[in-house]
Amino acid sequence: MKLTVNGVSHEVDVEEDMPLLWVLRDELQLTGTKYGCGIAQCGACTVHMNGMAVRSCQVPAKEAADQTITTIEGLGQPEALHAVQAAWVEHQVAQCGYCQSGQIMQAASFLQFKPNPTDEDIDRAMSANLCRCGTYPRIREAVKTAAKSLRGGV
Amino acid sequence: MGKLKTFTRRTFLVGSSAIAGGVAFGTFLAKKPHDNPLAKNLNNGEATFNPWVLIDADKITLIVPHMDMGQGVASIQAAMIAEELDLEMDQFAISFGLPDAAYHNTALASEAVPFLSTDDGMTAQAMRTVVRSVMKILGLQVTGGSTTVPDSLNKLRIAGATARETLKRAAAIQADVDAAELTTARGAVVLPDGKRIAYTDLAAAAAALQPVHHNTLRDPASWRLLGQPMQRLDIVGKSTGTLDYGIDLQFDDLLYAAVQLNPGKGAALKSHDDTQAKAMRGVQQILPLTHGVAALADNSWRAMRAAKAVVCDWAEASYPAEQADHWQLVADSFTEERLDKIWRDDGDVEQAITDAAAHQAEYRAPYVAHQPLEPLNAVIRVTNERADIWVAHQMPRFAQQKVAEITGLEVDQVYLHNQYAGGSFGHRLEFDNVILAAEIGRQMPGKTIKLTYTREQDFAQDFTRQIGMARGRGLVKNGQVKAMDLSVATVSSSESQMKRLGQSAPGPDKQITEGAWNLPYDIEHFRVSAYRVPELAPTSSWRSVGASSAGFFADCFLDELIHQAGADPLAERLRLCNHPVAKAVLETAGELSGWGRPLAENQGRGIAFVESFGVPVAEVVEVTMTDRGIRLDQVTVVADVGRVIDPVNFENLMQGGAVWGLGHAMNCEITFKNGASEQLNYHRHAGMRLYQCPKIVVKGLENGAQVRGIGEPPVPPAAPALANAIFAATGQRVREMPFDQHIRFV
Repeated sequence: MKLTVNGVSHEVDVEEDMPLLWVLRDELQLTGTKYGCGIAQCGACTVHMNGMAVRSCQVPAKEAADQTITTIEGLGQPEALHAVQAAWVEHQVAQCGYCQSGQIMQAASFLQFKPNPTDEDIDRAMSANLCRCGTYPRIREAVKTAAKSLRGGV
Repeated sequence: MGKLKTFTRRTFLVGSSAIAGGVAFGTFLAKKPHDNPLAKNLNNGEATFNPWVLIDADKITLIVPHMDMGQGVASIQAAMIAEELDLEMDQFAISFGLPDAAYHNTALASEAVPFLSTDDGMTAQAMRTVVRSVMKILGLQVTGGSTTVPDSLNKLRIAGATARETLKRAAAIQADVDAAELTTARGAVVLPDGKRIAYTDLAAAAAALQPVHHNTLRDPASWRLLGQPMQRLDIVGKSTGTLDYGIDLQFDDLLYAAVQLNPGKGAALKSHDDTQAKAMRGVQQILPLTHGVAALADNSWRAMRAAKAVVCDWAEASYPAEQADHWQLVADSFTEERLDKIWRDDGDVEQAITDAAAHQAEYRAPYVAHQPLEPLNAVIRVTNERADIWVAHQMPRFAQQKVAEITGLEVDQVYLHNQYAGGSFGHRLEFDNVILAAEIGRQMPGKTIKLTYTREQDFAQDFTRQIGMARGRGLVKNGQVKAMDLSVATVSSSESQMKRLGQSAPGPDKQITEGAWNLPYDIEHFRVSAYRVPELAPTSSWRSVGASSAGFFADCFLDELIHQAGADPLAERLRLCNHPVAKAVLETAGELSGWGRPLAENQGRGIAFVESFGVPVAEVVEVTMTDRGIRLDQVTVVADVGRVIDPVNFENLMQGGAVWGLGHAMNCEITFKNGASEQLNYHRHAGMRLYQCPKIVVKGLENGAQVRGIGEPPVPPAAPALANAIFAATGQRVREMPFDQHIRFV
């Protein structure tokens, strides 16, 4: 089947029910998307499908076929950071960092729909992404900074 | 490593008289420095001055042997070398290095001796010296016990200074000037005329010189990097998905492996039927292992599905099948026979507390899992000549030894490539993934295999925190706490861990009452007794180890007595406190949290103080009892680490430690049914979620005489501070973790 990931089209030969997560990681070697729980409890595998944040461990390959997929690698690069990534760097959010690909993808999608979020909006949008290191205070601040920068503020 | 094994068996560990047997031998060997492992594999034109600095014509590589599991030590170690070597943070590469005795931990000793961290008496100091020598002989390369900063601060700065002075000598010879006239800056030696010679251009010349050992260190007041906010070396990689963890490594012709293991931890596989699994798409092999089966396939998901499809017949676990029996065995352990040690015995508790007047309470702390977000994994390739394993490990030399034992290779034929870890919290001190990878690799010579645990297998096999209970008796008089008698019974996680290392742990286990016996309080009659519960399910070091349970028991029970006395929780702790560093921590926590500021009727404020790993920490938690349950409003965390080396990481770890302590106290436990863990994924063991996270105010004090680490110490006071706050808000004493068995959280 055909998958478009980060603007590149791929032909993959996988079972229809193989989760997108494993297609990305093991078939396309896009390992920025992380395996954490496999049951949509942690959000480490969050990617964008047609601009919406989804848990790639819950999306069967068949449903991802012919859709536009963006992973953390496609959001921005070290030399050309997306505003959310830049905010994550500025606030030095990461400790172990393993959840942060998913956190960033969740925040980037959320801020498209809520460019000017309240604290409560942020809590609601980000609470299904688990961080075992407890970087939550920094995630909150980074989301606010990213929102501001995406709105064109400084 | 043969020496390591026999020597450790006789003399290792901790806080016990067994150390005495090794002293004479130890002192002799301890004076000899270990060989520099970098010198063994040096290429032409490469210079190394010590085990931490490698320079060639193209680049500078700093070796950072303490494993980075998120605590930021890759950056911190590099910054320590760079501070004295006059490098900027973007002028070098880092490497985790290969496991070697030269990277032994010099700071674990202070934790391993049965003395208060504040005890500078002759006996305490002498014992620390002995243990340090033993650690050196063993070449114990360990990341843990919040020791990276204390272990590294001097030795890595000396490594940087030695490299700098050697490069200066090379430049002096080359330019025919006196080395004293040279300076260094930004990766170059600066000549008197202002001309710069890059270190890389001096590498070949410096390689021919004897290193100029230099141990005069710069005044911290002149530090460029340390003590200042620094950007972590891994922060861009971790914010862009470009940093590889062990689980992300790619190789040509990689085979993917998954396992199904006996849910009875440590018990064997009796038989299995792999008919169905073998026929599944992409599956290449089903391999029997000691404790289960492995499926090898061309994709992790296919391997996971196949492993699950194997029908297995399991041997029974050695521990009780049902949780209630675990609790019963803990409760039955408060006996003379099980008394491990009375760690504190001030005044005369027996005389002071007559049962009639005593206030009594019983506390519980359950098994809790580590479950860092990156599941356990390892990549392995075994041939007749060598084994390579890519894995994140806190004790890489022991891991190397495990691979050697299983594959039949010599230890020096095993190459362990350490990795960034997606969290650990003590999980990566264990060897199960290493052992399984070696069992698989041995059966598949020449193949490169990546083993990935499913989250469910990871939960099922997690060697949890110790389970335990405490019984307190106390007496108050004239508005003051007069007597406190705390008995703590837990299984010994140290004993359980050492057993898996093939070692015995002679003597009492200091961790059973850690955080309780060492409280800096002058209570007139104060006794802390440790009872050792015989091993039940296997347990291990869980972030902050013994203090995560005993600290909770001790501080909460003291809080009960203070309320009985009608005293103010902060004022009475201050009155009892006998150490100025700890006192300042308590006072600062009071000031920053607005202690005494009036609260609404449905609000409450609780304070707790626990010292662990030599770090006194006070936390104040403020909660509101809403109509839907308890809401955490604000947490104040104050610690004294002697000197804050990395302020950004310090703040992040203090906040994260509080979140870890609070979250697990609120809603996490592992319970057993039919011998298996009932919690197999995060929905049953959630920890804190972002919406529950309070505002967290952090302050680091620098009054302590020694520089300490901060990975673990913020954890222990979190649970008691929350329980004390809940009491203040509701009048309900929650004496058992997880608290959500007794009270709801918003």
